Parts: sequence; C-alpha cells; structure tokens
Amino acid sequence: MAIIEIRNLTFTYAGSDEPAIRDISLNIEEGEFVLIMGRSGCGKTTLCRCLNGLIPHFYRGEMKGDVIINGLNTRKHTVAEIAQIVGMVFQEPENQLVTMSVEKELAFGPENLGIPPDEIRERVERVIKLMNLENIRDRAPYELSGGEQQKVAIASVLTLEPKILVLDEPTSSLDPASATKILEIIANLNRLYGITVVLIEHRPELVMRYVTKIIIMDKGRIIMEGNPREVFSHGTFEELGIEAPVPVRLFHMLRKRGLGKMNIVPITEDEATRLILGLVG
Amino acid sequence: MIEVVDVWYRYPEGSVALRGVSLQIERGEFIAIMGENGAGKTTLIKHFNGLLKPQRGEVFVDGINTKESSIAELSKKVGVVFQNPDHQLFSSTVEEEIMFSLNNLNIDADEARRRMEWVLKLLDLERYRKRSPFSLSGGEKKRLALATILCMKPKVLVLDEPTMGQDFEQKMKLAELLQNLVRKGTTVVVVTHDVEFAAMYFPRVVLMARGRIIADGVPEDVLTNDEILRRASLIPPQATKIAWEVSRELEDFPRKIIRVKELYEAVISLVR
Repeated sequence: MAIIEIRNLTFTYAGSDEPAIRDISLNIEEGEFVLIMGRSGCGKTTLCRCLNGLIPHFYRGEMKGDVIINGLNTRKHTVAEIAQIVGMVFQEPENQLVTMSVEKELAFGPENLGIPPDEIRERVERVIKLMNLENIRDRAPYELSGGEQQKVAIASVLTLEPKILVLDEPTSSLDPASATKILEIIANLNRLYGITVVLIEHRPELVMRYVTKIIIMDKGRIIMEGNPREVFSHGTFEELGIEAPVPVRLFHMLRKRGLGKMNIVPITEDEATRLILGLVG
Repeated sequence: MIEVVDVWYRYPEGSVALRGVSLQIERGEFIAIMGENGAGKTTLIKHFNGLLKPQRGEVFVDGINTKESSIAELSKKVGVVFQNPDHQLFSSTVEEEIMFSLNNLNIDADEARRRMEWVLKLLDLERYRKRSPFSLSGGEKKRLALATILCMKPKVLVLDEPTMGQDFEQKMKLAELLQNLVRKGTTVVVVTHDVEFAAMYFPRVVLMARGRIIADGVPEDVLTNDEILRRASLIPPQATKIAWEVSRELEDFPRKIIRVKELYEAVISLVR
C-alpha cells in the first residue's frame, strides 16, 4: 500500500480564478525519495501543503479529490494528527523556530500533542544524538547560523517521529557549505532510517544519486514522473524552467551530435566521467 | 569607477572583517565577489556606498574619497540591493515603494512616472503595481527591491545574493538584465555563493576568505583552482569536477573547464 495516495486532486485558493494544482493523481511508496521540480508558481508548494493537511484545514479554497496519508484521509483528520505522520520543513528556518532553546524547540511539538513527559525526554535525547546537536542544545535558535537553524527545524519535526518528511526548498537561504550538510542529513534520514522524503529543491545534484522518483510539474499539473534516469532520458526540460544536472545536459548535447551507443543517461558526476572515458578513452 | 586601497575594518564588537583589501573596478565591469559567510563580502560592499567608512585605507567612488562624502551623495552613484528584501521595503503598494526612491531625486513628475513604468516593465512587476509589497513572494520581493534601486539609475549597481530563492529561469532573466545594464555602461558588482551562476555569466570573479582577497581573475582560472576554492570553502562547478575526474585518467583532458558547453567541446575534439 502506498504511504501517500493522491486521487484526482484539484485545489483553487479562495479569491483565485485558476486552480493552483489540477487533477493530480500520485502514489508514493514508503521509503521513497521524491524530488519535485518545476518553475516558481507551478504548484509545487501547493502540492506539499496538501500532504500535511494545511490544505484543506488552514488555506481557504476549493479542494476536489482526496489525499490519503498512511491510510488517513486528510479531509477527515486534523493537522495535529497528520503532523505525527508528515513533518514539514520550509525555506526560511528562522520563521519556523518559536522557543528560546534548541532543546525546548525539539520538545515543543510532542508537548503540543500531549505526549507523556518521559517519552518526550527520550525522543529529544534520541534526536539530539541523531542530528549531532549536543553542542548547541542550550543555545537560543536566533543565535544560530542559518544552516544550524535549518538543522534544528528538521530536528524539531523529527521528535514527532514522522514517517514522511516534506521539505520545501530547505536550502535556498543557505550558503553552499550549509546547504550540502542539510542535503546530506536528508539523504541519511532516508537511507538509514527509511523515512519517506518529498523534497522541492532547485539545485538537486547533491542528492540526485538517492532520488527514487522525480516529479516534474508545470501549470499545476504533473508533466512527468519516474526515476531520474527514465525522466532525464527524455530531455533536459529547460522549457519547463528546470536546471537539469550537468551530466544530463552533457548527455543530451552528445546524443544530439549523434554519438552513439549511449542509452543510459548519467545522473551523477561519476557516471558522466565514465561516459566521457568510454567515448574518448 | 571604484578603487579600494588597503582597507581594514573591524566591527565594534571586535571581529576584524577586512584585512587590507585592495580592489579596482573599472567603469562597465561585471564582477562577482564570492566567498563563504563571514569572508567580508558584505562588509566590503557597504564601503562602496559609504554605509561603512574604512578605518584604515581609502575607498574612491568615481574619483570621490568616501570619507569626504555623505551616504546621501554616494547612494546616488552607487545603488546597493541587500540580501533580505524585507529590510528594504515598507510602503503600502509596489508603485509607492518605487516612487519613494524617485522622490529623493531631483527629477520632475513626468520623468519619475517614466522611470517607474520602465522598472515595473523591466522587472516583470506591472501586474503587481497596486499590491502590497508584503503580499509578494520571496522572488518578487527581491525583484521589487532591485526596482527601487534601479529606478535611480545608479552608475554602480551592487547586488548581495540576488539568486537566492530564484529558479533557473529567473536567474537567467536576471543575468540578461544585468548584462544589458553593463552594455549600457553601468558597473555591476554581484555578491554570490552561486558558483554555477558566476561561471555562466561573469567575466571576472573575486574570491574572499577571512577578510582578504585571495583570488581575482577570469572564472576559468579562479573557479578551477582547487587550493584557492578550498580556502574559500567553495565547491567547483559541476562541469569542473567532471573535467578533473576525467583528467585523472586522461592526462591531456583540459582541466580549466567551468561550463557544460566547454565540457562538450572537449569531448567532441577528442572523439575525432
């Protein structure tokens, strides 16, 4: 059974004439690493808001179709219930942190849900260890660097022990070194702990090797869906506002030139290196 | 256009942000300043419009020593668009926001109107003219912050991290816009972490680390220098990394590659 099941989903924000997403149907299996790509305004963020119940519970508008998360229909369950299955991380870390210390930040979610104090303490310790936050556990979130804040934002949803993490451009306000660290953390949560990841990211080359499914959206619809190799064997999708990884772009330039025997599109730098060596070596 | 001569700057709380920085920027140059957080990039550009004055050394803008001029005077020549647009916007509509900038200039109402229409169109903001700046998306706010500076037609335009939160197309549009301004004689300085963006569009790249300039040159040299990149905590462009890997096996494969086009050409030339 799919952990995320979307059936004919259309959503129109109140006050808008056009739907932000149109007739989306999608299954995501447990443990998948899903990357959503597409230009700004294509509906990526709206789709993510449907995964944790913010739509239809917080955003006003008209929703058609259904979203079933781990067997729960989001129409029939509260945001608090869904938050225990789906953790959400946004672009700006500072807007997500609300307490005066990292430790309190991590306990905040479970406290709101009425989880027993002993259990909360255990979870907080577990996540502090897992995310390597020991040295900043007493610091105030606002004193931390952007990268550390984003790490704390991720940690603070992990104490709810979600099965799914949804991250909407989590690195776009970070410098490259911090962005790399955050993406590595996300990849590890998926690989080592089996957490299902849904990620919106403009610069996905660092995680491409872990991605099991790419979804390309345009004008509120899903245009393409499949594993990275399938999807990028069809092209670079520049016309959809996507910056395909350099190995993919190189492959299509070479293929256009008629350099034969190339059926498998390289996704990573290693694969591109082997492709080049195979051609000229 | 801008001359920075052995500038030192220490913040009141004690950290030394600039340690003897010298830099010459000619009229009409298009230049990227790169380096990790805390390298001194933002401190340096704050010296260009007089927001900060050097504690040691000198900064000249269009021949004027910034120590002998005011921020008001300098900001007519040097427009700075900072990273976070929320700190720059405060009016109740997009039009008013732009008009506020124009009101500081000595121009008549017709000219002000013309300039407002020009930047609204140039930055694709026409349909938002009556909207509150705070109702715009992050990317739109960044374009509006640029519009409020651009409408003053500064001789030098400085942008701090303009590509953050922008998608591929918006970055391309921004680069085209900046290249156009450069062609018409504006000097454009961009502070950026975005190594692919710098590799793609800039003829000159300056790298900073710990308050010093550690490299200054064409991107083909600066962005392919492993040791220098490491000191600045920068990751080379993807095309560079692939070229380096290939050259470990194939000695004559070029290593100074920064764009996918050059990688492609190198492969093609070896296949024949």
